[in-house]
Amino acid sequence: MQDNIVVIKNAKKTFHVKSSDGSRKLLHAVNNVSLEIKKGEVVFVIGPSGSGKSTLLRCVNRLETLTSGEILVDNKSVTHPESDIREIREEVGMVFQQFNLFPHLTVLKNITLSPITVKKISREEAEKNAIALLKRVGLEEKKDAFPEELSGGQQQRVAIARSLAMNPKVMLFDEPTSALDPEMVKEVLDVMLDLAKEGMTMMIVSHEMGFARNAADTIILMDNGEIVEKGTPDQIFNNSTEERTRQFLKHVL
Amino acid sequence: MAEIKRNTNKIEISDGLLIPDRNENGLFSAWRISFFGALLILLGLIVFSPEPYFEIIKFIPDGLFNTFLVTISSIFFAMIIGLFTGLGRISRNPLINGIANIYVEVIRGIPLLVQLFYIYYALGKFIQVPSIIAAIIAMAVCYGAYIGEIFRAGIASISKGQMEAALSLGLSRPQAIRKIIIPQTLKVVLPPLGNEFIALLKDSSLVSILAVADILRRGREFASNSFQYFETYTLIALIYLVLTLFLSRMVGIMEERMKNAR
Ligand SMILES: Nc1ncnc2c1ncn2[C@@H]1O[C@H](COP(=O)(O)OP(=O)(O)O)[C@@H](O)[C@H]1O
Ligand SMILES: [Mg+2]
Repeated sequence: MQDNIVVIKNAKKTFHVKSSDGSRKLLHAVNNVSLEIKKGEVVFVIGPSGSGKSTLLRCVNRLETLTSGEILVDNKSVTHPESDIREIREEVGMVFQQFNLFPHLTVLKNITLSPITVKKISREEAEKNAIALLKRVGLEEKKDAFPEELSGGQQQRVAIARSLAMNPKVMLFDEPTSALDPEMVKEVLDVMLDLAKEGMTMMIVSHEMGFARNAADTIILMDNGEIVEKGTPDQIFNNSTEERTRQFLKHVL
Repeated sequence: MAEIKRNTNKIEISDGLLIPDRNENGLFSAWRISFFGALLILLGLIVFSPEPYFEIIKFIPDGLFNTFLVTISSIFFAMIIGLFTGLGRISRNPLINGIANIYVEVIRGIPLLVQLFYIYYALGKFIQVPSIIAAIIAMAVCYGAYIGEIFRAGIASISKGQMEAALSLGLSRPQAIRKIIIPQTLKVVLPPLGNEFIALLKDSSLVSILAVADILRRGREFASNSFQYFETYTLIALIYLVLTLFLSRMVGIMEERMKNAR
């Protein structure tokens, strides 16, 4: 138990949705999901569109609140209404499909904003850290640029650096390369691969199957809000026991 | 590259051939002709026909002062009211949200002139304040609702991902609003805000009805003593024209600055 960083217990997330005939119905976006992620583990979440991958990820830092069940990050409850969610969010980095850099701030300020505002680190030290991080993602010379002056791949690398600046224990990625032109995918995946090698715990929603095969310790296949199958890349890609998994992989490979 | 769609409520003018650039006509742009034309006529009248125009001008300065006082104070308070109204309109707290919504609906449904009367004469039954204070309150309350709508639309135009990114970095909601949402909103709302400022300057002439001695009121006093209605109101119209055109140019310059400086 001790070395589990993320523990998800019977997580359920239900949305109330209006269907086309005007009636309201319940949609089980995440349905009874349990999952444990060890320190340093790289978990890929795959599955068809609408299967609840993003919702599950967003519940881990409470951008969505669970309907029932429990999630712990580093032994602290994310879901308990009285827990200090800000403290937990400091430990959980999140990278979005659309990058979500702050367009009115330079690259450097994007990265230093949270360490200065939340962690109360001095500007000097925050900038020193930020520049080291930019070096790591290969964008040191862009520190004074504004986001709109960067390519998509560069923006996403800055977004990763921005998350890392908070020294998170876990990083969540929601389709980090889906909004990128094909030639920029690799530069982002390379940064993520480095992170994985350095022992970062990561939970990644991605359709990059080749990348999943290389980088994943564990792959989870979701469908209809449920975990259909969980295993190593070899188990999932070559020896799947589930018909639904084979069907899905046939579509995407 | 994926485009992040923002500011969809703003119309970007393309570099198509059909629409001339606002500044393209150089010396002969509509703004220049109106502004310098009005200024020249104004000066010409004063210099070449000091009787009565210079007399009128000498009569008007406290009016100018009061017009500025009302306009600037009203803009200041309307901005504060507007910002909180805009935040209230997007608040998740149903009480705050409800109050903000009702305020906007009610105020937008009552003519400014009626609001001026209401605050000065009707509420004057309970609390008496100097007419200039009543005027500023009425203008600020009225324009606060309109500016609130501008802020609401501005905030709504910022993508949801901005707030989510800020929250997931550990910022609190108020911190995210202060550091991420409001700075981006200010940029989006500047052009429509500028239009409100100009409208407010013009509408400030309504306060003359409460016996606030603004430009128009002073002009009326002069005219009713001298019976020189044509001359007086010509001058007053020119003064307003110069002021609003000047303000609109200032707003335009500020917009340019913001665009370049981010
Ligand atoms: N905020 C929301 N309100 C209503 N329904 C939602 C919301 N977010 C997601 N859903 C629904 O929940 C289901 C799972 O969505 P999502 O987690 O985004 O799937 P995925 O990321 O696997 O494509 C979908 O049917 C989606 O329409
Ligand atoms: Mg998704």
